[in-house]
Amino acid sequence: MSSGVQDTYDRAVFGTWLYILSDFLFFGTLFAVYAFLQKGNDTNKLFSLKYAFGETLILLSSSTAAGLAGAYLHRKDRRNTLIYFFLAWILGAGFAALEFLNLFSIASRNYTWDQSAFLSAYFTLIGTHGLHIVFCLFWMIVLLLPLFFTQIRDVDVRRLTCFRMFWQFLNIVWIFIFTIVYLMGVDGYYG
Amino acid sequence: MLGRLGLEALKHDWIEYMAGVSIVGGGLFILVIITYFKLWKVLWKDWITSVDHKKIGIMYIVVAFLMLIKGLIDAIMMRAQQAIAVGASHGYLGEDHYQQIFTAHGAAMIFFVAMGAIFGIINLILPLQIGARDVAFPFLNNLSFWLFASGGFMIIVSLVIGVFAGTGWTCYPPLALPKYNPGVGVDYWLWSVQISGIGSLLSGINFLVTILKMRCPGMRLMRMPVFVWSVLATVVLVFVAFPILTANLGLLFTDRLFSTRFFDAAYGGNPMIYVNLFWAWGHPEVYILILPTFGMFSEIVPVFSRKRLFGYASMVWAILAILVLSFIVWLHHFFTMGGGPKVNAFFGIMTMVIAIPTGVKIFNWLFTMFRGKVQFSSPMHWFLGFVILFTIGGVAGVMLALPGIDFQLHNSLFLVAHFHTVIIGGVLFGFFAGFTFWFPKFTGFTLDEKLGKRAFWCWLIGFLLAFMPLYLLGFMGATRRLNRYDVADWQPLFIIAFIGVWFVFAGVGLQFLQIFRSVLTRKERIDTTGDPWDARNLEWSTTSPPPVYNFATIPSVEGRDAFWESKKTGKPLSQGPLEDIVMPKNTACGFIIGFLSFVFSFAMVWYIFWLAIASLVGILAAVIYRVYGEEHEYVIPKEELEKRL
Repeated sequence: MSSGVQDTYDRAVFGTWLYILSDFLFFGTLFAVYAFLQKGNDTNKLFSLKYAFGETLILLSSSTAAGLAGAYLHRKDRRNTLIYFFLAWILGAGFAALEFLNLFSIASRNYTWDQSAFLSAYFTLIGTHGLHIVFCLFWMIVLLLPLFFTQIRDVDVRRLTCFRMFWQFLNIVWIFIFTIVYLMGVDGYYG
Repeated sequence: MLGRLGLEALKHDWIEYMAGVSIVGGGLFILVIITYFKLWKVLWKDWITSVDHKKIGIMYIVVAFLMLIKGLIDAIMMRAQQAIAVGASHGYLGEDHYQQIFTAHGAAMIFFVAMGAIFGIINLILPLQIGARDVAFPFLNNLSFWLFASGGFMIIVSLVIGVFAGTGWTCYPPLALPKYNPGVGVDYWLWSVQISGIGSLLSGINFLVTILKMRCPGMRLMRMPVFVWSVLATVVLVFVAFPILTANLGLLFTDRLFSTRFFDAAYGGNPMIYVNLFWAWGHPEVYILILPTFGMFSEIVPVFSRKRLFGYASMVWAILAILVLSFIVWLHHFFTMGGGPKVNAFFGIMTMVIAIPTGVKIFNWLFTMFRGKVQFSSPMHWFLGFVILFTIGGVAGVMLALPGIDFQLHNSLFLVAHFHTVIIGGVLFGFFAGFTFWFPKFTGFTLDEKLGKRAFWCWLIGFLLAFMPLYLLGFMGATRRLNRYDVADWQPLFIIAFIGVWFVFAGVGLQFLQIFRSVLTRKERIDTTGDPWDARNLEWSTTSPPPVYNFATIPSVEGRDAFWESKKTGKPLSQGPLEDIVMPKNTACGFIIGFLSFVFSFAMVWYIFWLAIASLVGILAAVIYRVYGEEHEYVIPKEELEKRL
């Protein structure tokens, strides 16, 4: 890469890191609110740990696929980049479907977010993560479309690297959700 | 079709009609002027779509000055009300209207005047000081400005269509929940703050990358001007604190629109969540505003004392100490929450500890002046006013940091006087000093000194008259946000405060006169050297105003105050090679996204959901167009640069 391209790449990646950190604090706020409002609420009737574990496996597989796609991206191997990003997309879409299905099933059992502050916090935390995922799925398509027509350019490497970082950040947030919401809530009662 | 928007949104009392008519009239007048002088094309090509940090900085400052007028008129109306509304008199303002005025005053002054002024100066000066050609993400910078401007425009629109919040600028639940505030006021506040806050967040990330990645060769961290250090700390605060605000406003929004129960005690929620999160953002915000001011004074005082800054390293460490401490003091905004003695003691002590690094800075500036050749120019006037007022305000702050005293004084006019002393005496005086100091850099001529000093004296005297009585009134038991009171003894003090606010008004008038006169008589004070004050840092080494690329060749530095050293030793700064310069192209995308964000917010306030969705789709389309649709950069060839030099 020429020095100008390298500079732009470095700035974009660093800026994405900072954006990720700030989004982490955004989620951190929601986590704090959840932890505070969860106290004394029975979580067993809401969700099952097995289901959440399944979701986790799918999302982590998606993350692995995105990581491989990122490696091929830097080698400018268009075919494998597309294949692995496609795999990441399918797994991500599957995860999003499971995540929202879970919320709908809870709501259909008449635990809706307007019944208590705890339910509000649960729906908001999971829903916010889900919306991030859905937006990323959309954005992945936008960024991958040109790769069907041209070779991988420097600008594609930059954008898809930033995207991949953000995708993996969302997986890390999910790990926190799995720990704080599902694992720590496994006894049914928090704290 | 139009949600809750109907003709009754235009119904107001006659005072509000006057405000509305003057806003609409003023807006139309400006449009006519622009059309008459055929300025639309220039405005669009050179300003609205510009990604040049210098132009964006000027636009921030223009918005800040416009909002300052609005906030000041609010202040005069409140003071007029309080000067007469004693005993049986109910004054001339209705209760609802009075509540909207104090809320709009606070929101406009904090989010749009103070933030606009600070981001304006940062935009103007920071890339120049580190020897960079622009910020890291120029398009994002333009977008941040338009999000900020859209947020400000929301407050203005609420004057004409519907009402603004009547909850106070902090919009605490449960008062802000639909049960008590079903109307559009809180939503106007919420969306105005939300979109301008997202703009600030993006700006913060942008400048952090700029400072850490784009310094010129040789400018190691400990060689950066103190202003750059202060901005570095500020933008760290911005990108750490603003997500908390965004999330908190999100929770308030879902509580209002989707009936979630975060802040509703009847459903196990707790309004103190909001209050804690609000100040977890709100206290760092105070330092977001004040730290750049500290940085500006650290540039101004050495220049006008003809000495290097005293205690550079201690200045840097003081800034970093404040950066850390500002995150662990938020609870002092509500000691009465009932956190218990241990919690209150911790936050009380931390609050007092912040006074130490702040004191270090004050002493450093004073020692910089000590035995210097001090020139009492108007920036130095603002500095001296700042030292006095900030010390008074700081001492009042340390008093309020004692939970025992705070229990007596919180929510009183003592508190109001305290934070006005530090924000006007600190942020605004600092901004005026910086504005006067750097004005020649971006216009090519200096401001009229005589009018500047007169404006300063009006501000200082006006400030003392307007706020010293408030300290006394606080001790006498007057709480904030009173639209009438029964104690006749208070009235003389309120009348003095009312007189004071007119002095401040005169000060602002003189400042406008100063700018106007300086433009008219600019030939008398033209600056051809690019360095009218014989100053110290890189921004003065280029021409005034700088070319669009700032520096034809990138300078490199070998120490602090590099430009000053090069002037003193007669050895010019070493420069990089003359090469083709790649510059970002102007784009309409930032303006379009900003405008659509305004439409989205307006639609969300009035529950016009189809319009909200349409504008969101529009924003996405604009982003995708930005990614694929246009060429982002252009090249200024080397040959052309040689011709210009």
